[in-house]
Amino acid sequence: MSIIEVKQLTKFFGKTKGIENVSFNVEDGEIFGFIGPNGAGKSTTIRLFLGLIHPTSGEAKIFGKDCIQYGPEIRQDIGYLPSEVFYYDHMKVMDLLKYSASFYKKDCTERTCELANIMELDLKRRIDDLSYGNRKKVGIVQGLLHQPKLILLDEPTSGLDPLMQQKFFNLIREENKRGATIFFSSHILGEVQKMCNRVAIIKEGSIINVQDIKSLQDENYKKIKVTSDNLDEKKFNLPGVTKLERHNGAVNFFYRGDINVIMRLISAQDVSDVTIEEPTLEEIFLHYYE
Amino acid sequence: MNIFKQELKMIRNSVITWSVSLLLMLFVFMSIYSSFADSSAILNETLAQMPKELLIAFGLNSVDMSAVLGYYSFIFLFCQICMAVQASNYGFGLVSLEERDMTADFLLAKPVKRSSIMTSKLLAAFSGLTITNLVVWAGSFIFINLFKAGRSYDTNTLVVLLSSIVIFQLFFLTVGILISLFMKKVRNVTPLSMALAFGMYIVSAFGSMLGDVKLENITPFKHFEPGYMISHAAYNMPLVMISISVIVISVVGSYLLYAKRNILSAV
Repeated sequence: MSIIEVKQLTKFFGKTKGIENVSFNVEDGEIFGFIGPNGAGKSTTIRLFLGLIHPTSGEAKIFGKDCIQYGPEIRQDIGYLPSEVFYYDHMKVMDLLKYSASFYKKDCTERTCELANIMELDLKRRIDDLSYGNRKKVGIVQGLLHQPKLILLDEPTSGLDPLMQQKFFNLIREENKRGATIFFSSHILGEVQKMCNRVAIIKEGSIINVQDIKSLQDENYKKIKVTSDNLDEKKFNLPGVTKLERHNGAVNFFYRGDINVIMRLISAQDVSDVTIEEPTLEEIFLHYYE
Repeated sequence: MNIFKQELKMIRNSVITWSVSLLLMLFVFMSIYSSFADSSAILNETLAQMPKELLIAFGLNSVDMSAVLGYYSFIFLFCQICMAVQASNYGFGLVSLEERDMTADFLLAKPVKRSSIMTSKLLAAFSGLTITNLVVWAGSFIFINLFKAGRSYDTNTLVVLLSSIVIFQLFFLTVGILISLFMKKVRNVTPLSMALAFGMYIVSAFGSMLGDVKLENITPFKHFEPGYMISHAAYNMPLVMISISVIVISVVGSYLLYAKRNILSAV
């Protein structure tokens, strides 16, 4: 069964387009990545799932039920971590978590303490005294304390230090092993690649592609820069190379294919410097589907 | 129930502040009543010399300031203004504050219907207003009896006056909610509630000065004019029905608008 079914989902804010004709499915037990630059419509899609905004047309179903019509019912089993966390400032962390737990039909005390322990969150502090990263932790605990079947993450790692990010990813993987489906929205390709089985790429409100993360990695572009005084860029003109250009004594290009081939070619040259890096998301959007 | 409790907690300090302020005002004004009443001849003479329009604006044209309730009705008008601001504050802030502070994302992502959220919030705001209402009831009875200086007054009339507060508060609460739901975003509640409360008061005051019947009929300050209630010991029922109708329309409209509302994100 598909946990999330999205059909021709469209949302306009007045005349401004939020998303248009978005369709995809998320299967039970998947970690599904949702990637796109800022303003592409990632948050809009998640807010439609949660019934925070109403679709202009099309529909989204979660657990086989319409997001708007059965909103309260399906939200019983959804955990949501917003990209920006805002909570009632005057409350203590514990009070907020208790308030959050009071909406669910189960006892969440034990899980709350467990999660707070893992995330090293001090429950006695007031929320307005917390740093951004610590608030984010409150958001994580708040979103997971009722052991939801579907977890919606909207750029969850911003503001967390690398150590905490690692703990958070482990936590999400555990939840996934327990049976939870994860919908992971991000603009950082790396973390999506690390976590997800499948990924949907969204740009300017439309889905460009949905594909396996494995095939995405196979087709992975590398951004290569070779610096050398007298180098003929034509030497690099082989299959898999795009955007080949010479700039300030360096040859820049994108490469997709067997990395050994390009490594041998570079090692045969007399070079002063070489950088091989992951292209930015924008660069992928510019070149991936040429 | 959990939302109701949380909402009550959030307005607790405000309810206490408003209630104590109103209590203090009642105390201060009533405590100088006896010296006022002793020189009532001079007072009424002075009032008679003032322009009639000014007296109408302050509701002083039809009351005898030397009588206990005549004097009290003047204070009651101030109480009404304060309670109008308080009720409008809660109305405008009811759902807009959560949207401004982005806590709406937290609350509305919970498994709860929007209509239940609205009901809990409405009941919490109404409970807060009722506490203030009861404080005004108690304060009025205590300070009138404490400072009436041996003069008598009709308890029934005072009860009529005080009973009007409930509908008066509900008017500003519900109209505030409705207006806030018509707005895309409410940045600051206070200017709006001040404008609604004082706007309604000014319409009532100037409406009676101009003798324009149509305009003043929209404001609860006219529907529940202290002078009228005291001299008739009853309500001006046709006008009160206008208040009640506005409340019903505002409540129904608020539920409908809130159910369809788009909660916009921070960015």
